[in-house]
Amino acid sequence: MAFEKYDFTPITQSIHQGLIENVSPLLTTIIEWTIIGVLYLLFIAVFGLFLVYAERKVCAAFQQRLGPMRVGPWGIIQTIADFIKLLMKELITPKSVDKFLYNLAPFIVIIVPFLTISVIPFAPGLQSLDFDIGVFFVTAVSSVGVIGVLLAGWASNNKYSLIGGMRSGAQIVSYELSVGMSLITMVILAGTMQVSEIVELQRGGWFLFKGHLPALIAFTIFVIAGTAETNRGPFDLAEAESELTAGFHTEYSGIKFAFFFLAEYINLFIVSAMATIVFLGGWMPFHFGDWAAFNNVMDFIPGLVWFFLKVFGIIFLIMWFKWTFPRLRIDQILTLEWKYLLPINLFNILLMATMVLLGWHW
Amino acid sequence: MAAIIEKIITTDEIKTDEYLVNIGPQHPSTHGVLRLLTKLEGEIVHNVEPHIGYIHSGIEKMTEALSYPQIVHLTDRMDYLSAHMNNEAVCLCVENALQVEVPERVKYIRTIFDELQRLASHQLWWCASGMDLGALTAFFYGLRDREDILDIFEETCGARLTLNYSVPGGVMFDIHPNFQKNVKAFITKFRKKLPEYDKLLTDNIIFQNRTKGIGILSKEDAIAYGVTGPSGRASGFSCDVRKHHPYSAYPYIKFDEKMGTEGDSFTRWKLRMDEMWESMNIIEQLIDNIPEGDFAVKMKGVIKLPEGEFYQRVETARGEFGVYIVSDGKKNPYRVKFRSPGFSNLFTINHIAKGWKIADLVAIMATFDLVIPDIDR
Repeated sequence: MAFEKYDFTPITQSIHQGLIENVSPLLTTIIEWTIIGVLYLLFIAVFGLFLVYAERKVCAAFQQRLGPMRVGPWGIIQTIADFIKLLMKELITPKSVDKFLYNLAPFIVIIVPFLTISVIPFAPGLQSLDFDIGVFFVTAVSSVGVIGVLLAGWASNNKYSLIGGMRSGAQIVSYELSVGMSLITMVILAGTMQVSEIVELQRGGWFLFKGHLPALIAFTIFVIAGTAETNRGPFDLAEAESELTAGFHTEYSGIKFAFFFLAEYINLFIVSAMATIVFLGGWMPFHFGDWAAFNNVMDFIPGLVWFFLKVFGIIFLIMWFKWTFPRLRIDQILTLEWKYLLPINLFNILLMATMVLLGWHW
Repeated sequence: MAAIIEKIITTDEIKTDEYLVNIGPQHPSTHGVLRLLTKLEGEIVHNVEPHIGYIHSGIEKMTEALSYPQIVHLTDRMDYLSAHMNNEAVCLCVENALQVEVPERVKYIRTIFDELQRLASHQLWWCASGMDLGALTAFFYGLRDREDILDIFEETCGARLTLNYSVPGGVMFDIHPNFQKNVKAFITKFRKKLPEYDKLLTDNIIFQNRTKGIGILSKEDAIAYGVTGPSGRASGFSCDVRKHHPYSAYPYIKFDEKMGTEGDSFTRWKLRMDEMWESMNIIEQLIDNIPEGDFAVKMKGVIKLPEGEFYQRVETARGEFGVYIVSDGKKNPYRVKFRSPGFSNLFTINHIAKGWKIADLVAIMATFDLVIPDIDR
């Protein structure tokens, strides 16, 4: 197929070959890890800043404003300027905080997106960690973040932070179930947990279309639960500014605050990326039945572009939620999860299993 | 303050699982500098104690050293969103005391300004409450439309917020030649915009869940606490001063006193939305019929009220605003007392927020439409 020419495997393979022929295998591994680590760092920093900019522009569009316009053309350097400001700000540690936990919390929060991002295939051959429990790994690792939020809330020795941290704990622990269950629904359809294989299986059609009704339900639940898990509006209770000023990160300043901020945006990317991979075919181009000409045109768009197009679509959707809906109350959020999403999800798994058994999917 | 906290902590009043949170004076949802000493158990509010005095400016005491026209200029610093109604209350009080009959034109202009001010105030309330409930976009929509009203004010009297347009005996200047045209244009435009407000928030399921059945104020309590304005009417307490004690041009026009029955946050919300429609109806009845004539009667250079006590009430955007002047015949009042709606409305909060969650406390505060200098004057 035409889009195979955008495969990154030859490039990565040649780098690997070049290294292994010249240096020892151990050194090769170390160098490769370093390259990958630096690339991810760069990606997260740049993409995080870009998402902050995108959010400000999207929110401005919804609110009939222009958003940042002064720093650089259309304000594109605004977030970089803000980031530099955050870097240079004084790190204020309040007197009565639990120093160790207080300083540890932002690092735990920022580690999570670094771990989860490793299994995400950006394009054919552009994935650093591809193993047979990829989906499981993402759900497992993403739940580490809540520890950071809880620690931040607890260690800050501030009542607003504590309420925020506890809210966030209750919320993330609950919504993880829905995220996990909707992923399991799709794993049943795919028959594998390996991320690259899940994408490969969608060559003939995205799972959202292949699995029709149960996939659609799972997708809806995944987007809702994903929004809740990233603590974004209308589920942004943990930092509900009209109730808790800034919630769990009230006492953080400078770069530590930036860590929370960045982690939120990268988590947003990861949720969107997972939705893209599992439901919308990852980097697979959009094909329509047997329209050969249309499909060929689609094939000429590289996988990397497809991947990011889909991701941005979902990111835009989630931003749309935030800037339209009012915030839910804590008990309503838990009711939504335990009384509605979870039962629907369990039923949906059953439906999907039946469908797969009877071969009712396309 | 420290003594109060000390007292609560040392007595048995506080259990081990309750904790105190100071909401305010610097807090995003208090719209100013209100301080709520809140006793919480987890998320549940057990007790709310409003502490005022943070921005107390002694307006009532200051007025004793000022002449009557000067007092007018102080009143719009209290409830700055109902500036014109406050000004008007003092003017009416002085005019009644002197038994001055103002021209019809003045009555019409004042009433139109009242209703425009009410619209502007409700718009700001709408957008700020939306923000309290977490819908940030609402904030910009409300401010966008309020801008049109402020432009109309600016054109006629030069001020946008603290109008100072009413003076004893009339208004300061005649209306701008474009006034009628612009007001009509605004109403045509806003009649299209107002349904958008409902679409964005009122019909939203999350919003309804957040407000329906929350913070119920019964009619008896509303009367007992003296809750007036939209908040009181939402509980079924008919308290519209415009209807019961009409002043200015209100006797000449037909309008409904919007009433609610439930007394929950949603009814209070819906009632203010309805009031906006009603305000537009009132303006439409008046705007084409402004009589010709003078915009003020000639008053004496130094206004001296006869000895005695005078009271005048008006309906501001928040409820009943009263001016009570005790005069000893000099050019300054002997004593002035303002009856501000926000003060009575605020102190119901402990009664109705008890047992609800923090988020509901914020929603209740939002639907009571608090303006802090009105409470703490």
